[in-house]
Amino acid sequence: MTPMTDLTDLAPPAIRARGLSHFFGSVQTLKSVTLDIWPHEIFGIIGPAGSGKSTFLRSLNRLNDLIRGSRVEGRLEVEGRNIYDPGTNVVELRRRLGMVFATPVPLPRSIFENIVFGSRLAGVRKSGELKEIVRDCLEKTSLWEEVKDRLASSALKLSGGQQQRLCLARILALRPDVILLDEPTSGLDPISTMKIEETLRQLKRDYTIILVTNNTKQAGRVADRTAFLLAGELVEVGPTDQMFTAPADRRTDDYLRGRFG
Amino acid sequence: MNPRREQKIAAGVLWFFVLVTVFILLFMIFFILRKGLPVLSLSFLARNPVDMGRAGGIFSTIIGTIVLTLAAILIATPLGVGTAIYLTEYTWENRLTRVIRFGAECLAGIPSIIFGLFGFILFVTKLGFGWSILSGSLTLSFMLLPTIIRTSEEAIRSVPKDFREVSFSLGSTRWQMVTRVILPSALPGIVTGIILSVGRAIGETAAVIFTAGSALNLPTSVFSSSRTMSVHFYILAREGISLDNAYGTAAVLIIAILGINILTYSLMNKYIRKFQ
Amino acid sequence: MNKLDRNERLVKLALLVLAFSAVAVLAVITVFIFSEGTPIMFRHGLGKFLFGSDWYPSENSFGLLPMIVGSLFVTFGALVIGVPLGLACAIFLTEFSSPRLRRVLKPVIELLAGIPSVVYGFIGVVILVPFIRTTLGGPGLSVLAASIILGIMILPTIISISIDSLQAVPRSYREGSIALGTTRWQTTRMVMVPAARSGIIASIVLGMGRAIGETMAVIMVAGNAVAIPGSPLSPVRTLTSNIALEMGYASGEHRQALFATGVILFIIIMILNTIATASSRRKGGKGKNSR
Repeated sequence: MTPMTDLTDLAPPAIRARGLSHFFGSVQTLKSVTLDIWPHEIFGIIGPAGSGKSTFLRSLNRLNDLIRGSRVEGRLEVEGRNIYDPGTNVVELRRRLGMVFATPVPLPRSIFENIVFGSRLAGVRKSGELKEIVRDCLEKTSLWEEVKDRLASSALKLSGGQQQRLCLARILALRPDVILLDEPTSGLDPISTMKIEETLRQLKRDYTIILVTNNTKQAGRVADRTAFLLAGELVEVGPTDQMFTAPADRRTDDYLRGRFG
Repeated sequence: MNPRREQKIAAGVLWFFVLVTVFILLFMIFFILRKGLPVLSLSFLARNPVDMGRAGGIFSTIIGTIVLTLAAILIATPLGVGTAIYLTEYTWENRLTRVIRFGAECLAGIPSIIFGLFGFILFVTKLGFGWSILSGSLTLSFMLLPTIIRTSEEAIRSVPKDFREVSFSLGSTRWQMVTRVILPSALPGIVTGIILSVGRAIGETAAVIFTAGSALNLPTSVFSSSRTMSVHFYILAREGISLDNAYGTAAVLIIAILGINILTYSLMNKYIRKFQ
Repeated sequence: MNKLDRNERLVKLALLVLAFSAVAVLAVITVFIFSEGTPIMFRHGLGKFLFGSDWYPSENSFGLLPMIVGSLFVTFGALVIGVPLGLACAIFLTEFSSPRLRRVLKPVIELLAGIPSVVYGFIGVVILVPFIRTTLGGPGLSVLAASIILGIMILPTIISISIDSLQAVPRSYREGSIALGTTRWQTTRMVMVPAARSGIIASIVLGMGRAIGETMAVIMVAGNAVAIPGSPLSPVRTLTSNIALEMGYASGEHRQALFATGVILFIIIMILNTIATASSRRKGGKGKNSR
């Protein structure tokens, strides 16, 4: 699909996939996906279960490498560099592309320690710096007021919605360029979902956001542009409004209308 | 026969057997403690054996037991936990892992007398360490290795899978993930395994007597021969040196083992509750 | 980045070396025991070694038959005592007891496993042996005494592995049987125990291995006479006792003969362990191996 020629944004794409195919052993999960993702946009990825949305997301931070038999063909460029080049520093890559998972996974430690976990890995030691980071990230995810008095208490005591915002704050601590979210609100109540969507809108200013969701309405609410994946194939990509009102492909129309899912 | 009647009889027989088993255990413990506790006193625990153990206390054997057990644990723990980490985090199931597991399982089945023989021929004789804490602890550590591997592996596997993904996605290397996420969470289970091994080491006799010897004086170096409580107990009982002191030594052994079992249980319960 | 990969590879290599420790130790033990013990077996003739009944080290005569028979008798006796008792406890704890009772009794059984073998032997000498001597005759130090003590010592092994096997049987088996209107005992007897059969057999075989390998307790209660036991009340010497009793002062050929005893013991145990593992891997065995 041709990249959108948005006249106001002449910066190069943050992420560029060219013929990206992915395999788990002999099973092909992504079929030659080609698309661009622009900086500071919220890019939605929708599609039925098993369509390869998560696989694509996890190709971006090379989390798929951890699974036996994972193999990639084609090019995947982040900020101009092919991340599947042999010399790539994968640890550094994962700091630049932070990921939030479908189920909030707080580590069994305090709220403070959860947020600085990544920073400590990156070598940040001074307690003043760490405190700054914690406050900054919690403010960005609207959690600061709620937890500022119990930073030392266990993160497991937070509610589901709070935990997910904590996970978001956790990756912000690494000052990433891109935020990857894999169905982040699928287990949350509507209010928490709303809070997170609102946070994403605010974060858009400083980050590029890629949101995989099985809830098309969420993509409609939040995403600037959206891609529709079906059985590993990129069917259509374009501005959300346009795709949702006048989809170019019959299959997109069927999916959006709920004829299958 | 009427099935209900059959069940009543069967249940009765089973109950009886269980009672017999429990009775045997309780009887043994009470018997030793009844005859052994009166012998226990501060001087019994703090004085060295006198006249081959006919008089005096068991202090040097307590020290011997502690030193030998500690040394064996210090050797076996890195080996065992390292093996567990490798098997769970650094490789998928393949021929190599099966070989390693097979080795550990076989090692677990070898009787202690064979370990004693082996330790004697390799450490005491061929390597020239003589009857010493060095020979004894090396031999003992090999006996504890399979248990530590097994319990560590279980503990590591019970750490939720998601933690690993989170750690990687926050920019950790595999080793950082192991040390900062996996091990802290698996620690209670690993420690439980170590404590269990301590219990085993304390009661071990056959392997120890042929490698660490049975010297009664306080060990001065890692090359000193040293007697453990179980060896002391065995010698006292078998040579008929002092029945009283034998009971006393046995009482100390039983109390130590009881204490270790209770510690293991409370640790395991705390661990289970933490994750529930 | 290359430095990152290199460090990761180093860590993996270091851990692999550690992981090989168990295998390495096993290999070294096997090599040493066999290299010290086999030459003499062939020098004196394997047949004479295994089936000769004259063990006179001072005359260079090394026949192991009395000890082999001794080990077999004592182990068999241990199974006669340990298996019914152990199975009964295992069945009771899994099928007939409340979870609360189980929580109390399981630690008790594991405590049994923690008691040192020398303590078992001591209690045998002080209580069991005189009892046998006064009520049944003979020196008291006998096959019977050793069998009873060993039978008790292998209880924890048989009980815990049998419990695991019984608990690994899918609940649907039990529920299906009860739904047909059988009593709990009938279900246990006809469905649960047969389903757990391979695990139970594994537990028995492992118990056998423990019994054959036990040394200290046996030395204290078995009498240690080098003669094929004529009755359960006769004294007996096992392969393990043979090694432990004479190792302290043996030298030269005598010492090598003791190593050869170790070789025989080692082989028997390895065979038993392999049977046990093979048995527990078959369907209906321990839960870990079945899906």
